[in-house]
Amino acid sequence: MSVMTQQQGDAALPPRPDNGAELLEVPDGWEAREVEQFLYREARLADENDYDGWEALWTDDAIYWVPVDGEGDHPRTTVSIIFDNRSRISTRMKQVKTGKRYAQAPPSNLRRIIGNVEFIGGRANAEGGVDLEISANVLAFESRPRGNTLWGGRTTYRLRRVDGQIRLAYKKVVLVDNEQAVPTLGFLI
Amino acid sequence: MTAVVPSPSDVVAEVQEGGSRYDRLIQPARVHGTLYTDPSIFAEELRKIWHRTWVFVGHESEVPQVNDYVRKQLADQDVVMTRDKEGEVHLLINRCAHRGLQVCDDKAGNSSSFRCPYHGWTYRNTGELLGYPYNKGYGGKKQLPLGMGKVARVASYQGFVFGSLAEEGPSLEEHLGAAKGEIDRLVGLSPEGKVSLDAGWLRHKTRSNWKFLAENETDGYHPQFVHGSIFGVTGSPIGELYSDNSTAVTRNLGDGHSENDLRPEFRGFAEPMRWFGTTPDRVPHYVAAMKEAHGDAADRVMIEGAPHVMIFPNLFIAEIQVFNIQPVAVGECVQYSTAVQFDGGHELNMRMVSQSIGSVGPAGMLLADDTEMYERNQRGVAMADPEWLDVRRGLHRESVDENGFTIGTATDETGMRGFWNHYKSLMEAED
Repeated sequence: MSVMTQQQGDAALPPRPDNGAELLEVPDGWEAREVEQFLYREARLADENDYDGWEALWTDDAIYWVPVDGEGDHPRTTVSIIFDNRSRISTRMKQVKTGKRYAQAPPSNLRRIIGNVEFIGGRANAEGGVDLEISANVLAFESRPRGNTLWGGRTTYRLRRVDGQIRLAYKKVVLVDNEQAVPTLGFLI
Repeated sequence: MTAVVPSPSDVVAEVQEGGSRYDRLIQPARVHGTLYTDPSIFAEELRKIWHRTWVFVGHESEVPQVNDYVRKQLADQDVVMTRDKEGEVHLLINRCAHRGLQVCDDKAGNSSSFRCPYHGWTYRNTGELLGYPYNKGYGGKKQLPLGMGKVARVASYQGFVFGSLAEEGPSLEEHLGAAKGEIDRLVGLSPEGKVSLDAGWLRHKTRSNWKFLAENETDGYHPQFVHGSIFGVTGSPIGELYSDNSTAVTRNLGDGHSENDLRPEFRGFAEPMRWFGTTPDRVPHYVAAMKEAHGDAADRVMIEGAPHVMIFPNLFIAEIQVFNIQPVAVGECVQYSTAVQFDGGHELNMRMVSQSIGSVGPAGMLLADDTEMYERNQRGVAMADPEWLDVRRGLHRESVDENGFTIGTATDETGMRGFWNHYKSLMEAED
């Protein structure tokens, strides 16, 4: 992180979104099967470019983060491939739905496998509850006119129950090759 | 000036007999598709451009402390940018003088020396050979007149570090020419008169010839089309800057450099920080610091905003982002991009990081679409007919500004023509 930025008291830096809050015990009330089913559904909606269905999974305080250089530095002071809050997720979806987001028009053909799902713990959220933190491996095969690309990574998710439904509050995808140059990532990883 | 629309037969001259290869391939109003696809031309570009002229490599702020180092790319050369104990910045070629291994493995760090993992040869961060194990095999210590390779000339301007692999040639300041003023303009937006490029780099692999990028950076004709999707959903006024009615100009700065000068538009609005899409009350600490630093001139600086300039062959300053374009092969290059950070920039710095993440890099809502165009362009020019790319837009309405630079309207291909003039002069030089 930039020393220069640290010295700017007028713009206090919030804690890192990944590990800025303490990791708590796995909260009660979560079954592995329902969690996995949720992850598979999220993956399928992304694979099939179902933008409305995918966007509806998110909470209002969503964070969708794809860093560079391993786990990444602080996303407010260093660049990331994606660091979207709920509003920017919405903008991203509106853009692609114009049909003229050329990086994704025509859309990629995609299929991904989610595996190695682990319950990691809990993280206190701004609503006074505790989100379930899980992580999983992802391997996604993308086909576009430019060629085929195999994307691999470790995804950390935070899930929350909102009005009885599982919602996605946080998703961080650490791509295996994020220390190298990567091609256009136009689809939802 | 008189505006006479030239007929295609005037500007698209027939192939000149007896001219150089590049006379035939590069004409005033068109360039040949093989310039983007021929591996022998790419090999010649490496020799005559990338290994000769000044190439942007990085920024001094990436190695702020004594003994800091960071790995960088200069075309096909893996270089280590170091800061020695005297504070001087070096560009070492990452190759051991013994067996040719890469000496430095880490991407960045702090060390006064590097040790080759193969046989333990060690080098100072200036490239000087410090020692080798079992030295009796060489007749003792300090017997070998060897060292790591070095980029022959290293110079910086406002902290931007450039390297030239040629021992001789124009100085960096001569090479930058009028583009210096654009870098100065960027730096002038820092209350401390200094920028840093320490927010990390995105690395975007692009299956396209590097020249499509260099040409596109000041092509004011494409934004409304390629970026209409994001301008539309965000209500961004950027598109209007590149409309047919815009008062902005495209300027050939000479030496292959060009800019989209948006100041005429911003001067018309006369609203400080409009260039950044904000208002002074939303960035009060920054505005106060600028007024403190610049007094009455602060408003003018904050009205006119940051430059949009392509510096030949590979440095693109897009207002708040800096791009470093490096070729990999005739049909592949890498775009490295980062957010500009103003020293003393207060709340503006985090906003610039956030805007840059949204705009550039592999998932950027602007640059991913540009990159899609570069890649489709590369596939397109491999087709056999019509062979040529047309660069005549605005040729008939160019004029010369008060400083002697050729200018066109916001959407004219004046910058591209400047690029090709300079490119041709370099490629026609002796090997």
